[in-house]
Amino acid sequence: MAGPYFIKIQEFLPMKHTLSVLVENEPGALSRITGLFSGRGFNIESLCVAPTLDHTMSHLTLVTSGDEYIIEQIIKQLNRLVDVYKVVDVSEGEFVEREMALIKVKAEDETRAEVLRMCDIFRCKVVDVSPKTYTIEVTGPESKLKAVMELLKPIGIKEITRTGTIAIQREKKTL
Amino acid sequence: MTKLPGKQMVVEALKREGVDVVFGFPGGAIIDVYDAMEKDGNIKHVLVRHEQGAAHAADGYARATGKVGVCIATSGPGATNTVTGIATAYMDSIPMVVFTGQVPTSLIGNDAFQEVDIVGITRPCTKHNYLVKDVHKLPTILKEAFYIAGSGRPGPVLIDLPKDIQNQVAEFDYPDKIKLRSYNPVVEPHTRQIERAFKLIEKSKQPIIYAGGGVIIANAHKELRKLAEAIYAPVTMTLMGLGGFPGTHEQSLGMLGMHGTYCANMAMANTDLIIAVGARFDDRVTGKIEAFAPNASIIHIDIDPTSIQKNVKVDVPIVGDCRRALKKLVKVIEEDGRPPEVWKEKYQPWWDQIRAWNKRHPLTYKTEPGVIKPQYVIEKLYELTKGKAIVTTEVGQNQMWTAQFYKFDEPRTLLTSGGLGTMGYGFPAAIGAQMAFPDKLVIDVAGDGSIQMNIQEMATAMEQKLPVKIIILNNQFLGMVRQWQELFYDRRYAATEFSVTPDFVKLAEAYGAKGFRATKPEEVEDTLKKGLETDCLTIMEFAIAREEGVFPMVPAGKATTEMLLV
Repeated sequence: MAGPYFIKIQEFLPMKHTLSVLVENEPGALSRITGLFSGRGFNIESLCVAPTLDHTMSHLTLVTSGDEYIIEQIIKQLNRLVDVYKVVDVSEGEFVEREMALIKVKAEDETRAEVLRMCDIFRCKVVDVSPKTYTIEVTGPESKLKAVMELLKPIGIKEITRTGTIAIQREKKTL
Repeated sequence: MTKLPGKQMVVEALKREGVDVVFGFPGGAIIDVYDAMEKDGNIKHVLVRHEQGAAHAADGYARATGKVGVCIATSGPGATNTVTGIATAYMDSIPMVVFTGQVPTSLIGNDAFQEVDIVGITRPCTKHNYLVKDVHKLPTILKEAFYIAGSGRPGPVLIDLPKDIQNQVAEFDYPDKIKLRSYNPVVEPHTRQIERAFKLIEKSKQPIIYAGGGVIIANAHKELRKLAEAIYAPVTMTLMGLGGFPGTHEQSLGMLGMHGTYCANMAMANTDLIIAVGARFDDRVTGKIEAFAPNASIIHIDIDPTSIQKNVKVDVPIVGDCRRALKKLVKVIEEDGRPPEVWKEKYQPWWDQIRAWNKRHPLTYKTEPGVIKPQYVIEKLYELTKGKAIVTTEVGQNQMWTAQFYKFDEPRTLLTSGGLGTMGYGFPAAIGAQMAFPDKLVIDVAGDGSIQMNIQEMATAMEQKLPVKIIILNNQFLGMVRQWQELFYDRRYAATEFSVTPDFVKLAEAYGAKGFRATKPEEVEDTLKKGLETDCLTIMEFAIAREEGVFPMVPAGKATTEMLLV
């Protein structure tokens, strides 16, 4: 027998969930949320925050993973925070999600045209040009970003920044 | 409307919230609030000897009264010294407001003298906290803090007060009531869920009520008793739930879990329906979770939705105030109209089984001639006080023996650090309880290890003329850890033996208190009698069997039916 604490790591099939969180626009509110995730051992895959039309509230989109019990705990724990107004698992229903990436890609002589062709196919925008690079803005669901990155990789990605996912429920549903 | 400086706003808020006593320790960054309190003169301040003592004393006051406890400390080390006390209160859901001084706003972030980010440090162990950056917001923050601390699932709230804010002046518009759009605890349980719960109770052949600290916090002890008596169900309690149902009641099975009674753990393992009230299926209660109550359906009443379905799957979740939920449930049972005898008959085979378990392995200990058994001390203490005292404990064996052998009949009579397990909690908590109830007998049951963690508060008790009684069960070991080492680490007593312990009788005398010692079993009763009769702070030291263990014991990670017995 080993030590006194036998902590069994639960095996589960992690499912991705996209949570929309409305939170008071107060100092420390974001830290409470991220602290909750680290303190209780939950995952954050991406996190995106900005004020809403009502400037006293922020909208936070959080992508996390876990089985149904973990997701239930995450939602309950978030709701327990005094600053959190509302939590919705948007991935439960119909929703639209988008992410943006800025990709600085090598574009020299023979590859310059190829990069532009790729932009065209994926409806990306070139937002900055230098003699040896293009910086491309790509928007879409995460799968599209992944596809673009995969195709640009062989050409040579110099730098990349991503916003993290934002999401909204379809049709009449509002937070 | 009146204009007030921040420091005076704090004092006014304390008065309006009905705070009659605060526990604290001053310093440069909080000196202004102290000055305002001194000038006002309406708030009793208890000067502790270490800020941890202030936090525990405020906690003890809150547990004994049900009111919000208040403590004050300065910035930096003063603030960090309260953290253990805050975390203790957080784990046991105790309403508390903590004020800390902070360096002036212009210096925040500059690594100024005695600066620490206490709001950042306490974020994971407070229910909520505030750094006040605008004096105009202070009145609302003060109101919110008391409201948040005391409502829903209670907990500690910290307000960090920069020195300049304490002196800036603004309108003091103190709200009578407050509504927060992002904080609305559900108190009223769903009627349909109550009906579903009743259906499960009707179907059950072997139910058990599992009551936790929530019963005490919600003042639901009367309703709990009504429920238990209405359906004649056995009741077991967590450490935090002791006193929520009378320990001497024929339906009480005593405490369950790691050091629970044999019959309580066996009943939990064999039940077909757990009615959980204000409890959270903590690992010390469930043991190995896969083996926990395998055949049971679960009804879970709790005000905090996160407690439900956290560790075990629940069939009927009931979110709401325990008292209201129990009231509704009792009403449904009354409307059903079956008299208690019908239930009694229905559960007779179950009760026969429970009584057989209890007969097989009752709570007991072996006596040895010439050696004081700690359980005997607690039994005698119970006899002599007739169970009427407020008992606090430290953490470890002293705590478990008290939980097992002192029968708590009333709520708020056992004050103990359950969740965090804080050694050094009991004595300052006793000071807080004695401040609230000057005429009651307040006793701290301690070990020789834990009493030394906050022994400096003896000066506080003397200064306030508090007749707290300290019982030290002295085995010159850190007994609980030693017990684990004996059982699971081949008796390698790594760092658990004390080769030097102060002479506690002389120590008591050094503080101007009284001290008594018993070294033989026949001296126990007399020592207790002498010690309990004094009108001042008193230490009663008992030289107990050095290697006595706490039994039953469920080894950590084992099923609760795998108990080691006496």
